[in-house]
Amino acid sequence: MSAVVAAALRFALVALVLAFLLVPDAFAPLLAPFAPPGGAAIYDRASLLALTVSHLLIVVAAIVPAVAISVGLAILVSRPIGAEFLPLSRAIVNIGQTFPPVAVLALAVPVVGFGAWPTLIALFLYGLLPVFENALAGLTGVPPAVAEAARGSGMTGPQRLLQVELPLALPVILEGVRISLVIALSTATIGSTVAAKGLGEVIIAGLNSNNLAFVLQGGLLTGALAVILYDGLGQVARLTARRG
Amino acid sequence: MGRSPDKLGVPMGGLLAVALALPLASYRANRIAPAEPRGLFEALPLSWALAVVGLALAAVAVALAARRPALRLAVSALMLLALLMAIGEAGRTLSAGGAQYARVAPGVGFWLAAFALAILVTDAIVRLRPGPLGRLAALAAALAALGLILVSGQWDGLSVLAEYRGRAAAFWREGGHHLQLAFGSLAVAVAAGVPLGIAIHRARRFKAPVLNGLSLLQTIPSIALFGILIVPLGWVAANVPGAAALGVQGIGMAPAFVALFIYSLLPMVANTAAGLAAVPAGVTEAAAGMGLTRRQQLASVELPLALPVILTGIRIVLVQNIGLATIAALIGGGGFGTFVFQGLGQTATDLILLGALPTVALAFVAAVVLDATVDLLPGARR
Repeated sequence: MSAVVAAALRFALVALVLAFLLVPDAFAPLLAPFAPPGGAAIYDRASLLALTVSHLLIVVAAIVPAVAISVGLAILVSRPIGAEFLPLSRAIVNIGQTFPPVAVLALAVPVVGFGAWPTLIALFLYGLLPVFENALAGLTGVPPAVAEAARGSGMTGPQRLLQVELPLALPVILEGVRISLVIALSTATIGSTVAAKGLGEVIIAGLNSNNLAFVLQGGLLTGALAVILYDGLGQVARLTARRG
Repeated sequence: MGRSPDKLGVPMGGLLAVALALPLASYRANRIAPAEPRGLFEALPLSWALAVVGLALAAVAVALAARRPALRLAVSALMLLALLMAIGEAGRTLSAGGAQYARVAPGVGFWLAAFALAILVTDAIVRLRPGPLGRLAALAAALAALGLILVSGQWDGLSVLAEYRGRAAAFWREGGHHLQLAFGSLAVAVAAGVPLGIAIHRARRFKAPVLNGLSLLQTIPSIALFGILIVPLGWVAANVPGAAALGVQGIGMAPAFVALFIYSLLPMVANTAAGLAAVPAGVTEAAAGMGLTRRQQLASVELPLALPVILTGIRIVLVQNIGLATIAALIGGGGFGTFVFQGLGQTATDLILLGALPTVALAFVAAVVLDATVDLLPGARR
């Protein structure tokens, strides 16, 4: 029963977001009460669809290399050759996670200027930590009996990694990717304060012009996107866990 | 017998050597003039520059060849301290000679060297494996050194402190707001989250729905949540008698406070429930067999055993809140974010640093102190 309800809710949310992005003007009457007298009810300085696409592109462009590099590093420090760096890398991950994303974003601006770059850098750096942490947990958490059996059946190091350790660690790694993506989506919203194209622009324009209709549509849209993405990746992770 | 050099010492020692060849400081004739790089020997008096180079060579040598963590820690910490003193000296030297409006900021060489040294210090501390008290002592020593440098006026020539002097009153006021937001919402989240965690631990049916609901709330981007909350809180302020007098407003601290509270709920509830679930069944049965009531079992057996996990939740919330409170500035809620966003608006790096550095430091101190506290509890994870 509850699975059906969840599926229906999921579908309704996606449909609602798509409808809002494709024909935003149809929602104008709903938002008009929140707009100031004479102000626009729907953000009109850029198309909401274009902003959403640009927002998602920045997130993907930052997270894909972040995932590749952090999984690579996790593999490196979980091998004998990099074992010496294991405690240090754990400590760096712990310390790194105390850095607020806004601070990372703001500190990147003096180095690379305004626009998409500081956002990309902050998203990339912040995306590294959860994936690295989870990949490490997944790779070092392979049950000793399984690792022993793989070694006993004559598998070489790379074979064990590709056929045993990575598949077993995949659900945990995906959970890390999920956390990274949600943080990135959120931080990309703040990216609008440094002139990156994204949905944060709508919220900030609303805050600056006292237009609650803008604040609400930007806020609800990014909130809905985050929920859809988080929930969707959760489904994917569950599928891989079941198969593995 | 040839010993291979330390694996970490090679990249970090190399980075340190390269960093010293790069500009130590950047100099601007006034606040908006373009920055000009200043190398080690241009920025420092000869004696200082030679001392820095000498210490750096020692640090590189120790990083490459020394094995004993205590020695590595001592030398790299000493070099880090020297670097911090040197950048202040550079500020004083470069802005000397009547250049009243001159701005001196740390340059790329300083940041790279500081990064390499911070990694070396962290590595040495990790290798020493200090207990919780040792970590607290190290933190206290670092804070004391930082405090002494600030009080001594060694950094007064740096532009971050020039920005501070211009708005000292605002700095402490916004710092107070920041702490109020972070700790206030934490307190409310503990008061609400622990009972909720106990409730879903008892009524298992509700556990999954409540935790899933809270984690969905956590995924909503902070600016979005802060913005969305303006609407209901504005309505409450306008329509509920007395609410406005209590400080409830559409914009300002109220929506920021509520948003931080909402984000704090998941770690508090989830960790309380997880901590209680990890209490061995035998323990609760024994407590029941001794004739303790449900309430007594909870207060004197289950909650004390779950305390380390609950405290870990508090650590997560506090570090998260300190970071997120920065966003409050966007909706008029104050906090250190005020300087970050003002700085972004004026492209004033020093102003950004004035807001970002205390935030990072606060989050770091909170993490170290709470981690150590968790480890000091009886029966804590080791």
